[in-house]
Formats: sequence, C-alpha cells, structure tokens
Amino acid sequence: MNADGSALRVVDLHKSFGGLEVLRGINLEVDEHQVVGLIGASGSGKSTLLRCVNLLEPIDHGQIVIEGEDVTGRGVDVNRIRQHVGIVFQAFNLFPHMTVLRNVTLGPTEALGISRGDARELSLDLLERFGLADKRDDYPDRLSGGQQQRVAIVRALAMKPDVMLLDEVTSALDPELVAEVLNVIRELAAGGMTMVIATHEMGFARDIASRIGFLDAGVILEEGTPEEIFSSPREERTQRFLQSIIDAGRM
Amino acid sequence: MGMGGGGSPELQQYQPGDPRLPEGQRTSRILGPLRAEGARGVAIALISTVVVLALIVWAITSSPNWPEVKQAFFDPEEFKRTFPDIARAFLRNIKYFMIAEVFILAWALVLAVLRSLQGPVFFPLRALSIVYTDLFRGIPTVLVVYLLGFGIPSLGLPGVPSGAAFWGVVGLILSYSAYVAEVYRAGIESVHPSQVAAARSLGLSRTKALRFVIIPQAVRRVIPPLLNDFIGLQKDTALVAFVVAIPEAFKQGQIYQAADFNFTPLLAVALMFLLITVPLTRFTDVLLERQRRRRQAGTAA
Repeated sequence: MNADGSALRVVDLHKSFGGLEVLRGINLEVDEHQVVGLIGASGSGKSTLLRCVNLLEPIDHGQIVIEGEDVTGRGVDVNRIRQHVGIVFQAFNLFPHMTVLRNVTLGPTEALGISRGDARELSLDLLERFGLADKRDDYPDRLSGGQQQRVAIVRALAMKPDVMLLDEVTSALDPELVAEVLNVIRELAAGGMTMVIATHEMGFARDIASRIGFLDAGVILEEGTPEEIFSSPREERTQRFLQSIIDAGRM
Repeated sequence: MGMGGGGSPELQQYQPGDPRLPEGQRTSRILGPLRAEGARGVAIALISTVVVLALIVWAITSSPNWPEVKQAFFDPEEFKRTFPDIARAFLRNIKYFMIAEVFILAWALVLAVLRSLQGPVFFPLRALSIVYTDLFRGIPTVLVVYLLGFGIPSLGLPGVPSGAAFWGVVGLILSYSAYVAEVYRAGIESVHPSQVAAARSLGLSRTKALRFVIIPQAVRRVIPPLLNDFIGLQKDTALVAFVVAIPEAFKQGQIYQAADFNFTPLLAVALMFLLITVPLTRFTDVLLERQRRRRQAGTAA
C-alpha cells in the first residue's frame, strides 16, 4: 500500500517487436481496488501491455510503477515483482504434467517458500471457494475449458497478488463456459481485487469495470467511465469499434 | 474380455488403445484388432500363421546347403555346451549397461541444459556443449571405446583407474551422452514458450521453471526416443569386447567360435541380446500407454 493509493502506474510505455511498434506511449493509472477494462481490436496492444506489466516482455522505453515501486529500473528482482502481480492467460497455460492442486501449490511453495502443508491448505481453500475442490487430483486435460481457466485464476490468486492482470481470459472458451469464468472475476472484483482486464466481452466490461480504456494502434486513445465510453464515445475510432461490436451482435 | 464373445459390439467401433475403451480392458496394438474380430478371426489368424511358418521352415531346411549351415550356426550340442558361460559373461554387459545408463542420463541432461541457457554470459558454456555433441556424435563409438580402453590404461597415470573395461564404459558414456543430450534438447524445445511464461509469471526463477515445468514435460515427451537409445546402448556394450581381457558375452562367444570353428556360440550371444532388447521395446510401449491412461483417467475415478 502506498501513499497516493495507486496500485499500478504506466508512464509513456513503448514496446516494439522487430520493426513493429506495438505500444506507442501508453499511460495508465490503476488505483487500489479498482477494476480497469481494456478494450480494442485484436492487435491493438492489450496483451502486450499486460505482458509488459508482468515483466514477461522487456520494454523499450517508459516506466511501470507497481505499489509505488519502479519495476522497470535496473537491478529489480523480477521474480519478486511477479509474485505481487498475477496474470491469467487466454490459453490458460496450466501445467499439464501436474494435478490441479499441484498447479496451484507450485507458486506458493517454490516462489514464496511457503511450506507444502500450508500451501496445500491455502490452495484447497481457494479451490473450494471457486467450486473446484473435487477436481484437485485431476490433470488439466480432463477439465473443461471453463474449469481450466478457473484453476488458472486460482493458481494466480494463490500467490496473494496485489494486482491481477486478465488477458482475454474468456476468448478461448466455448460460449456456454464463459459465464462461470466471468462469475469468478465478478467475485474477485466484489472482494476488492485490483484488476486490469483485457476483454472482448463488452457487456461484462461495462458491468465490472470502474474505468474503461480503449486501445487503438498502441495508444490508449480514449479513457473514461463505462458510461462515457459505451454511451457517448468522443473519438471517432472508438465509435467505429463499438459499432462493429454491435454489428457483430456481441453487445 | 473373452475371445469367444463373437466380437462385443461396443468394442468394435474403437481402435485398440482408444482412450474411450472401458477401464481395465487392456488391448495390445498387435492382438487388439484380432480380439475385436472374435473367435473366428483368431482361428483364421492362427491357421494362416502356422501355414506360413511351416512353408518358411520347409523352404529353408529342404535347401541343399542346409546341413552345412545348420552345423555351423545351429549346432544344438555346441549351444548347450557354451550357453552357460556366455550367459554368465552377459551379466557383465548388463552391468556395463546399467552403470553407463545412469551416468548418460545425468551427463546428457547437463549438456542439454547448458545448451539451452540464454544470454551472452553463458556463450562459452553453450559453445562447449555444442562442440561436445558435434564431436562425440561425429566419432564412431567403437573408436572412442578403443581409444579410451587401450589409450588411457597404457599411460599408467597415477591415481587414475587403469581397467580397460572401466575406460571402455567411460567411452560409451561420453559417446552416448552426445546423442541423449540431443534427445533431451528436442524435448526441451518442444515445450511451448507459454509454459515458461506461466511459470515465470508465478515468480519462479529461470532455474526453477526449468526444473519444475520444462524438464519434467520434456523428459516425458522423449521417453520413447530415450528408450531407443537405451536399446542401442545395450547392444553397444558389445563394443567393450574390443578392449577387455575379461570377456563379456561377445568376446566369450568369439573365444568359443575360434576354438570350436563353429558360429553357434555367437548366435547364443545374439539370443542374449534379444532377450533384453525385445522386452525393452515392449516396455516402452507399456510405459507410454500407462502414462496416457493415467492422465486420461482422472475424473472418472
């Protein structure tokens, strides 16, 4: 917890892959217990932004401050930073050779150094809370996509992160499995978890986020409350994006 | 399941080894289709096999040179007389194999991990690992065994073991590690980068990600090629015959062959190798099957 109540601040973030500049000066501020939704077309830089915040991608320029600490400076222990920032991926990325329970306990035991017994207890509590207790001895490939993604969320939660980054977590799911995952995220928001959510689920983003950022071509083109963005977007590109979503019947 | 069931209908729509097969109904890939065809299929297969075998045996034994061939290669008396000694000598091959295998598995993993290290600091280690594998994969194993088995003991270095068998086995280890390292490396590279990302995002260090996430998945994937290399190694323990004084199976066979002017002892040696290598091949299949089954059981239990 830091003085100004900001959990995450991104300042003028630039990131290129080869010659392609994917992020072209991102500025973003997320307060404690706030949920920020990131919307925008595929390729607009949402995933890259989240991966940069988790330090999975080295950045070219700019600053990322998590809980008051500049994590982009030299000599920063990336492993320690990542322990405070949970990320959930579109493709779940569970460890296929481990049971559900071991997937969840791995981080606490090996990164945080919590004893096996304590980690097990903590993980079982979380699995119970999200209705996955009976799956604890299963391997991921026996679970539905929705269950796998819920396990992935639990795995990130077991690290007791300050901030959760959700990267299109429902995009790889069959439509009937989306709700169970969204409900988990709603529960997290209700519990006060600070989250940055990249999503294509506009209705969900409007419900859950206190602020929405519209990413376009590597910048946050427009930012505001869900009402502002979804009801009266100022930017022409935002209007066009939302119109295409409505036309596709996804809102 | 019974063979006389006339082909149970629910089984016929599945291929053998199909995960949807009910638990506990083990089917082999070779016999599975037969069983699915029922008693009539089994009977036909049996008769046709007997006929084909009989034809082959008849064709061979009725050829004009068969008596000489039989005398030189398949002499039952010679076999009975030499087999016990050869079997005893073969225990040495097994010992060489077991010792070499342990070191190969460990050393090759080190080589593979060194090669997968990233960053400019590790360039020398990476380069060394590459040079090593190129070198030992490029030299015939028999040459390595010969060089070490004769070469090192001849130096008479103080404090260094001087047994030819010892250095022959070291040669096997050095040579096979290069192959096995490449197998490991293929496995490591086959693990998707998103797995590394997932492990690292939990705050695991690079080393721990490798240890808990990458290597376990890599090793599981390369078990069949690893076992193939085991089988090759088991056979290549015969190379130690070139350097040792105390005979292993091949050398023992050679001694009898030279003394008795008869090749039957060498066929006895071949039989010993087959007794190990064929079950090892089948074991590979069983292992894979069990692994797949365990992963896919789960929720039903």
